[in-house]
Amino acid sequence: MLRPRWWNEETRFAWLAILPAVAFFALFVGFPAGYSFWLSFHEWNMMSATPTWIGLENYAALAGDREFLRSLAQTALFTVGITACIVVLSLGMALLLDQKLRFIKLYRTVFYLPAVTSLVAIGIVWVWMFDPQYGLINQALKGLGVEGPLWLADTRLALVALIITAAWRNVGYFATVFLAGLQGIDSMYYEAARIDGAGPWASFWQITVPLLKSTIIFVVVLSVILSFQVFALIYVMTSGGPAGATSVLVFYLYQQAFTYFRMGYASAIGFVLFAIIFVLTVLQFKAFGKPVEV
Amino acid sequence: MEAESHRAGPAFTHPLPLTALLYGMLLLCAVITLLPYAWMLSSSFKPNVEIFSATVQLIPAQPILGNYTEAIARQPVGRAIVNSLVVAGVETIAVVLTSVFTAYPFARLRFPGRDVLFLLILGTMMIPSQATMIPSFILVKWLGWVDTYQGLIVPRMMAPLGIFLMRQFLLTLPRELEEAARIDGCGRLQTLRLVLLPLMGPAVATLAIFTFTASWNEFFWPLIVVQSNEMRTIQLLIAAMKQAEVADWGVIMAVVTLSVVPTVAIYVMLQRYFVKGIAMSGLKG
Repeated sequence: MLRPRWWNEETRFAWLAILPAVAFFALFVGFPAGYSFWLSFHEWNMMSATPTWIGLENYAALAGDREFLRSLAQTALFTVGITACIVVLSLGMALLLDQKLRFIKLYRTVFYLPAVTSLVAIGIVWVWMFDPQYGLINQALKGLGVEGPLWLADTRLALVALIITAAWRNVGYFATVFLAGLQGIDSMYYEAARIDGAGPWASFWQITVPLLKSTIIFVVVLSVILSFQVFALIYVMTSGGPAGATSVLVFYLYQQAFTYFRMGYASAIGFVLFAIIFVLTVLQFKAFGKPVEV
Repeated sequence: MEAESHRAGPAFTHPLPLTALLYGMLLLCAVITLLPYAWMLSSSFKPNVEIFSATVQLIPAQPILGNYTEAIARQPVGRAIVNSLVVAGVETIAVVLTSVFTAYPFARLRFPGRDVLFLLILGTMMIPSQATMIPSFILVKWLGWVDTYQGLIVPRMMAPLGIFLMRQFLLTLPRELEEAARIDGCGRLQTLRLVLLPLMGPAVATLAIFTFTASWNEFFWPLIVVQSNEMRTIQLLIAAMKQAEVADWGVIMAVVTLSVVPTVAIYVMLQRYFVKGIAMSGLKG
């Protein structure tokens, strides 16, 4: 019998070895993703036997759901705030860590600590930091003679307090990413700039920033993707309050699914989230070229 | 790591005032980073009188252990830590094994569909798990795994990022090693286990540490799968304590401290692997 040339021991072994992984991801990622999309065209409370087909009604309802639109806007606001903080502060921190100074390794260790600490623990500690009466922040402000605000209980400040907390957690991590980028820049460029009479300020804007472009894009996209999925901090710190002021996309989705059991509706929100992340990831690939060399 | 020697800094020698300013800024960043930890620790050793005092006191005037003993007596802290250890431990072993095994054909063999399958597996990373939480929950419910270790662990036993990292690392190893082994009559699995695996130590350590830390800190999936108090992981326990005991900050901070210690200890002891992990995964491999 004639067999194609690729059908050999190597192929059989490889396919057999990869089969478990393919089956795993099909079951635990592919199936939920497909089923979620299918469910988003249905109405279902998990009690009735089968979901009822309602076409695009969930999506139409989303477009007019003020709470949903509000949580979407608040997610965007949170994302923009935290990403701006991260780019500026992490790059600044990375520049500090790139200097020839003593104890630099120790500082690097310290700055990365929040990245290995759980968001739940961080959220709880910061709720206690922000406590209007007994928290460290307002007690320190009182020491300076300033009456501190209510922070998480203040509808206008709650999101700001969340951004401060998220920034505290992520700045050190992204500084490490920036540092790797900075260390990839050849010192030759700085030498040349110095000979041409450029000071530190000029060489930062003319050399560091342009040569760090791909790192900056990577950091921005990753930060946006992570921020759009923010959940644990919200759950622990505000539960979406006060008065819905910090309800974000994933929190709203969680509520619709597991508080109100509107599974179809929640699935439609999930698809919106997926679409946003998908577009951002594609943008990242565009900026980077091919994601991996295969 | 290489920071001190990689090059002569950004080519400027700083005048003294600038150096002082740089040290000042570093110190300020360190203080801001460490203050919440200090506040957490300090509160966990304070009696209630000091917690609800009108003035700032970072070091407790009369440190006590009472919050810790009370936490352990009143909360299932031990059980929650055991749950987290079981979940993170098993998950880590599983992810390491499946990643190495799945990465090997992608890194070393030629077969039709290789690149497509690899990109498909990597592509699953683009689907946020929150977006598909409902079917994931339904699946686990259908399998009868709600509120069980299987439910917490099995859907997390393989990781696209792990497969990717192991493949990238395998690509850096010279092929001659395996060819010698094959000539000596080793099968593929034997070659992987006896020749390649011993060389993968640093990469495996990096993956193991990242997986353990991420699993220990995971909140979202346990929140959906766990229903009983006994099955709570440590993250679920501290979240529940915060919701319930709004006033008892000393006890809450004691349990939060206990929950933070393992990952911070692992990080401080094994930080070179974290640096490596960021270099491997953060930027194009």
